[in-house]
Amino acid sequence: MGVVARTGAPDRHPELLAQQPTDMPPIDYAAIAPVLIVLVAACLGVLIEAFVYRRQRWAAQVVLSLLAVILAGAQVIRHARRINTGGTTLSDTVAVGPATLFLWGTLLALALGAILLIADRSIEPGGAFVAETNTAETPRQPADAPGAASASVMDRATASVAGMRTEVFPLTLFSLGGMMVFCAANDLLTMFVALEVLSLPLYLLCGLAKRRRLLSQEAAVKYFLLGAFASAFFLYGLALLYGYAGSVKFSDIADATAGSLRSDTLLFAGLGLVIMGLLFKGSVGPFHLWTPDVYHGAPTAVTGFMAACTKVAAFGGMLRLLHVAFGASSWEWHWVLWTVAVLSMVIGVVSGLTQRDVKRMIAYSSIAHAGFLMVGAITLTERGLSATLFYLLAYGFTTLAVFGIIGLVRTSEGEATHLSDWAGLAKRSPLLATVFTFLLLALAGIPATSGFMGKFVVFSAAFSAGMGPLVVIALLASALAAFLYLRLIVLMFFNDPAPDGPTVSVPGAFTTAAITLGVVVTLLFGLAPQLALDWASVGGFVS
Amino acid sequence: MTPTYYLLLSALLFTIGTVGVLIRRNAIVLFMCVELMLNAVNLSLVTFARIEGSIDGQAMAFFVMVVAAAEVVVGLAIIMSIYRTRRSASVDDANLLKY
Repeated sequence: MGVVARTGAPDRHPELLAQQPTDMPPIDYAAIAPVLIVLVAACLGVLIEAFVYRRQRWAAQVVLSLLAVILAGAQVIRHARRINTGGTTLSDTVAVGPATLFLWGTLLALALGAILLIADRSIEPGGAFVAETNTAETPRQPADAPGAASASVMDRATASVAGMRTEVFPLTLFSLGGMMVFCAANDLLTMFVALEVLSLPLYLLCGLAKRRRLLSQEAAVKYFLLGAFASAFFLYGLALLYGYAGSVKFSDIADATAGSLRSDTLLFAGLGLVIMGLLFKGSVGPFHLWTPDVYHGAPTAVTGFMAACTKVAAFGGMLRLLHVAFGASSWEWHWVLWTVAVLSMVIGVVSGLTQRDVKRMIAYSSIAHAGFLMVGAITLTERGLSATLFYLLAYGFTTLAVFGIIGLVRTSEGEATHLSDWAGLAKRSPLLATVFTFLLLALAGIPATSGFMGKFVVFSAAFSAGMGPLVVIALLASALAAFLYLRLIVLMFFNDPAPDGPTVSVPGAFTTAAITLGVVVTLLFGLAPQLALDWASVGGFVS
Repeated sequence: MTPTYYLLLSALLFTIGTVGVLIRRNAIVLFMCVELMLNAVNLSLVTFARIEGSIDGQAMAFFVMVVAAAEVVVGLAIIMSIYRTRRSASVDDANLLKY
């Protein structure tokens, strides 16, 4: 039974203390099953880490992760067929509607590819992640002790003995679960918790590279400190919006903005801070500073996961927030995000042109793409929403395949990501260079690729919503961005390879599958975009 | 005793935390500044809950505490691992990734 309210004490809220017997809110298990499957599999993964013999762990983790993602995907499709508009569940904290299901499907499909990339052990003997430390060394000298980090001799000695640490799989699944909740959150608090659930495993994943430990750890520290900083801003925005609306539910905030005498200072300060946190996660515009460093330092498979899935999750959350909670007040914040979109495109393209490293270049290209996505995100129409969803899908698969290929070009020291190493790559491996060229053309937005269709639908939606000047700027930026990719293509095809240049590893089955998935989707949605656009435009967000 | 003072105090603490993150060098101190920012937010949440007369804000403060605890676990693990490699927790020494 509940606590009885104190009597006699001058309490201003006696009704809060007088506890009624509470009913459990009804839970729509069918709607949230995909998230549950992913999170339960992640917990099982932790148990496998503890109880299964080391030799069998890798196989068990891979099977479990892939199974979980496929099952969750099947559940998403099943649920998408059954519902019309969707609804909220878990006392209105989670809203599952057609747009959310589309985002979930995208996230799961991308995660499938990312897990395949992470699981591959053929390119780097033993896998690209930190090896078990208790085999070759004495306990006094862990793998990250001073001196040991630079000695690649030790790396090779350990690699041949021990396999990779398999914690990466549960960490990936936890992060994926957080991303899925993030896209479906119906109040700011759920969104904040999901933001942390998706970020914390990512910080760890960044620091797990086997080669170049220092770089990888540095990336993890930078990502962690800046990420925690950004989520503190998000949280302060949450508090201010709570002060403004008296609730953190999206629908209550929307009601409060619709017309009231409340303090606009709280609203705009809160909105600004919350959006700042989201822009950081999506690596947009002036909040991009972590992106190149983290993309560069993290293990390439993790970078692929991060670049594809985090962007989908961050923009999914942002779309929900803007459409559901702040649609009514859009004319007041519109010009701010307008500026952010332009800044992001300009920064991405201009800085990308000066880079000397492939991974950093793709990182800046992702900042430019975040700018294009912002154009769609601030187009608060049905068309704008479905176009942005399609763009996210197209961009995610292309990026995943790009990072899959970057992981294949190697020297004896590990991945060769410096641009000069890529000179004349077409002479060494015509197939790889051709596939990579196709993906770069998709990023540049050349017709017959999904990148072109994505840009086309986003820009036309923005244009019909009356954002002509922004579309013109975006078109100019994408023309400049094409130069960024063409530079790399020219380097690969029309330069002579260095005599001691890198070799192209023959990818194992897993990496081949992931790259093929990315390339096929890029081509398919370039030729027949209606397949995805139809689903994306079924309906909007519910609240 | 108007609640506005608490909001001002919370804003002040948040600003101190922000400035700390921007000017300090040691990763641990940076991290403590982030924690200060989170706790400043807690103060805001509780004050707003008092103003609104609802209990939601207080419940949210608990969520924030739990999340902050999880963040400490992950953060200290990462900072420890880089400290072991470099024998330094200064963020200025971590300078391999740049352009």
